[in-house]
Amino acid sequence: MSSTATTIEQAVPPKAGPRAFAKRLRDGDEIAHLITLLFAASILLITSLLVYELWVNSKQSRAAFGWGFFTKVVWDPISGDFGAAPFIYGTLVTAVVSLAIALPLGLAAAIFLAELAPRQLSDGIAFLIDLLAAVPSVIYGLLGIFIVVPLMRTTVGPLLIHTVGNVPGIGKFFKGPNYGVGFLTAGVVLAIMIVPFIISVSREVLLTVPREQREAALGLGATRWEATWKVVVPWARTGIMGSVFLALARALGETMAVTMVIGNDPKIAASLFAPGYTIAAVIANEFSEATGDLYLAALIELGLVLFLMTFILNGLARILIVATERGGGHPS
Amino acid sequence: MLLNAAGATFPYPIYSKWFDVYHTAHSNIQINYQSIGSGGGIRQLQGGTVDFGASDMPLTDEQIAGFKVKILHFPTVLGAVVPTYNVSGVSTDLNFTQKALAGIYLGTITKWNDPEIAKANPGAKLPGDDIVVVHRSEGSGTSFIWTDFLSKVSDDWKNKVGKGASVNWPVGLGGKGNEGVTGLVKQTPGSIGYVELIYALQNNIPFGKVQNAAGKFVKADLAGVTAAAAGAANAMPDDFRVSITNSPGAAAYPISSFTWLLIPSQISDPAKRDAIKGFLTWMLADGQGYNEGLSYAKLPKPVVDKEKKAIAMIQ
Amino acid sequence: MKRVLLIWRKSLNIVMLTLTGVAAFAVVSVLFLILGYLIFNGWRSLNWDFFTQLPKPVGEAGGGMANAIVGSLKLLFLAAILGLPIGLIGGVYLAEFGGKTFAFITRYTADLLNGVPSIVIGIFAYALFVLPVKHFSAFSGGVALAIMVIPITLRSTEEFLRAVPNSLREGAMALGASKWKTIATVILPAARGGIITGMLLALARVAGETAPLLFTAFGNRFWSPGWSQPIASLPRMIYDYAIAPYDDWHRQAWAAGLVLLGLVLIANIGTRLVLSRGGGGRSA
Repeated sequence: MSSTATTIEQAVPPKAGPRAFAKRLRDGDEIAHLITLLFAASILLITSLLVYELWVNSKQSRAAFGWGFFTKVVWDPISGDFGAAPFIYGTLVTAVVSLAIALPLGLAAAIFLAELAPRQLSDGIAFLIDLLAAVPSVIYGLLGIFIVVPLMRTTVGPLLIHTVGNVPGIGKFFKGPNYGVGFLTAGVVLAIMIVPFIISVSREVLLTVPREQREAALGLGATRWEATWKVVVPWARTGIMGSVFLALARALGETMAVTMVIGNDPKIAASLFAPGYTIAAVIANEFSEATGDLYLAALIELGLVLFLMTFILNGLARILIVATERGGGHPS
Repeated sequence: MLLNAAGATFPYPIYSKWFDVYHTAHSNIQINYQSIGSGGGIRQLQGGTVDFGASDMPLTDEQIAGFKVKILHFPTVLGAVVPTYNVSGVSTDLNFTQKALAGIYLGTITKWNDPEIAKANPGAKLPGDDIVVVHRSEGSGTSFIWTDFLSKVSDDWKNKVGKGASVNWPVGLGGKGNEGVTGLVKQTPGSIGYVELIYALQNNIPFGKVQNAAGKFVKADLAGVTAAAAGAANAMPDDFRVSITNSPGAAAYPISSFTWLLIPSQISDPAKRDAIKGFLTWMLADGQGYNEGLSYAKLPKPVVDKEKKAIAMIQ
Repeated sequence: MKRVLLIWRKSLNIVMLTLTGVAAFAVVSVLFLILGYLIFNGWRSLNWDFFTQLPKPVGEAGGGMANAIVGSLKLLFLAAILGLPIGLIGGVYLAEFGGKTFAFITRYTADLLNGVPSIVIGIFAYALFVLPVKHFSAFSGGVALAIMVIPITLRSTEEFLRAVPNSLREGAMALGASKWKTIATVILPAARGGIITGMLLALARVAGETAPLLFTAFGNRFWSPGWSQPIASLPRMIYDYAIAPYDDWHRQAWAAGLVLLGLVLIANIGTRLVLSRGGGGRSA
């Protein structure tokens, strides 16, 4: 019954011929097609304009540093020497850490809300979780300072250092002096900020999975969990991945909360407890006070670099989805 | 009539007080000041989106060249930056020599019981703990004042790092805002950071004494800050662009600074011009009376007198 | 052997299902922690004055954030009418009309736009809408927020439209309905729950943003009539007050955070009550 088509157009191809076209015109379908196309295209327009502005306003910096900008580990506003490497590193690390925490947590919570919780409870909790998305960044930052940072410094940090820190291989990410602020803390705060997106959207998508799918699995003898994990979740996979993209986007672009808990030190370090810096944070921190054309251009170039990173990361994530497509998912 | 102004964050509280009081007295004039940072204020002034700006740092020659119209500086209040620390076993005020502060922030002095710190604090039991340095993460006038001071007292600092709202800090963690720095210092044993005097006073944060140019260890207070300005008043250039860190005088607190309003010397709209001139006159007289209530220091009399004359330059 | 396997599967079942419950509980606790913190720190500042008075200088009693509350509402209104339709209709295109390549590019671009730091979007809106006219405005702030609303709305609209089974589409077409009619009267209502969630999520997100407003809406200590003057907003006030030295302002910042969440909550409840009558978006 379900075809592999994506849109109506592919499921029920429009009839060819002038009479059919005239009918569509009268029905208003061609106009609808055009109007919706224009609206969708506006996003391309906005983004192109944005990239253009970034490109033009970063000219001085690009000319001064060239490709070396990507690999230099220095940020000196006084002498006018700028490099993006520590910020690229920090952005990647915090994004990865935050997703590593938020995805399992968010997906699990979404599963609970969609599959197990009674409907009213589920709706009520979903409401509340949507509220989390509205908490201003500044407040997350302040809470990070007052609660997460001390916790990290006095309890969680030493615990991790003594346990995981001694495991060969990944141990090197959990060693070193622990101030409370750093990559890990920023990742944790970010995770809290992005988890509402994952839960909200995933829950909704899970709720759209047809009941027959669950019943079929259960009818074949699967346990509740097996039915959920092996049938329902894969069916909702694209929607869930969509929520991950939303979450990833926020993690990459978040400024205020991150800068309050990351230590703001433009250096590259293996330890997750070390202070670091992200692109979004440094732009937010220094843009208002930056004077001097090269300084401003360098900050804008960082914005361009972030754009490029988002481009690549999105691409990699999509390749990952395609590679793990095993069928059994909602046709897409 | 609505006037828009933008710039420094440090004087935002006193400016909002002033503009509110002025509006009550002159109900047809609304001055809307927003703190977007000194650099932001300068750019908005250049872009013509605000009527005047405010900055914790005087304009550099380069920046002045970027303006079509000459920009006049008017000092408004004084502020100071103090060192705050968290050292186990120490509950008294520590004395910091100029070399000590420079060395700590350069990363050459790494332990609390370093001789440079110990010799200035004979009574204190300094532990051998590592010093954790904290600085401001975002560009700020406070950092400018701090680095300006360090540049004056240490050639090493001047050559390696320099002075500015944002610098390439050799060591240390960055905290966002006074809140961030204080938070980090409070929670990190062995740490040292710098905050605005107002912030320290309003929140009862302990801070240390700093050695001034006359060799005395001074604990920052409003009188000491005004003394620093008075000391510099004699050498005050006509455009008021002066740094008063490490100012001469036995009572002067060495890490003090003016903050300025940046007023265009030519204002085409006569109503706006009169409003601004009226405000400046008021600010130099009645306005100064509100400073101390909010822990800002008053301008010394010689500076006030000089500014009154400068108001006439606004055409 | 089979028994062992069965016991394993059954245990795994219980363990995993419990874990999902724990996860949900953990996330909700965080929310209550935040709310509790805000309430604990801010409730003393919540009084009638807070909602009706203009801001007063620090230390003076009786100040409020009336202009910031109205400002946030105005800015969100602008963000909604400028951004939501584009996101919604664009999402309709991607789900119902789009060719594979164009849809892919648009989707990708939406995700990219989502990831741009809000301060960069603010700078962008500043360059386009403030600099040319040389003054800040509520309109430019609304535009900046709208730019952030569009990609979230677009992506979620598309996802939920695609989740509607094709059987509905085919059924409507078989009855002779034109395509746009099918979309308007059958598919959109079917996907309504999810689409509204996406819209509310987008608005909630921009409600709390400060950075895009720094150089566009700017901020205002007074009332802002019309749309072309600088305007105050709750996140801006929170930002200004939270990093100031004064305790009185800190408490007001927390109170503002509470009010902001309250506004979002009311918007959420209100919208769902009005539009989700009769349910929709759940497959039968």
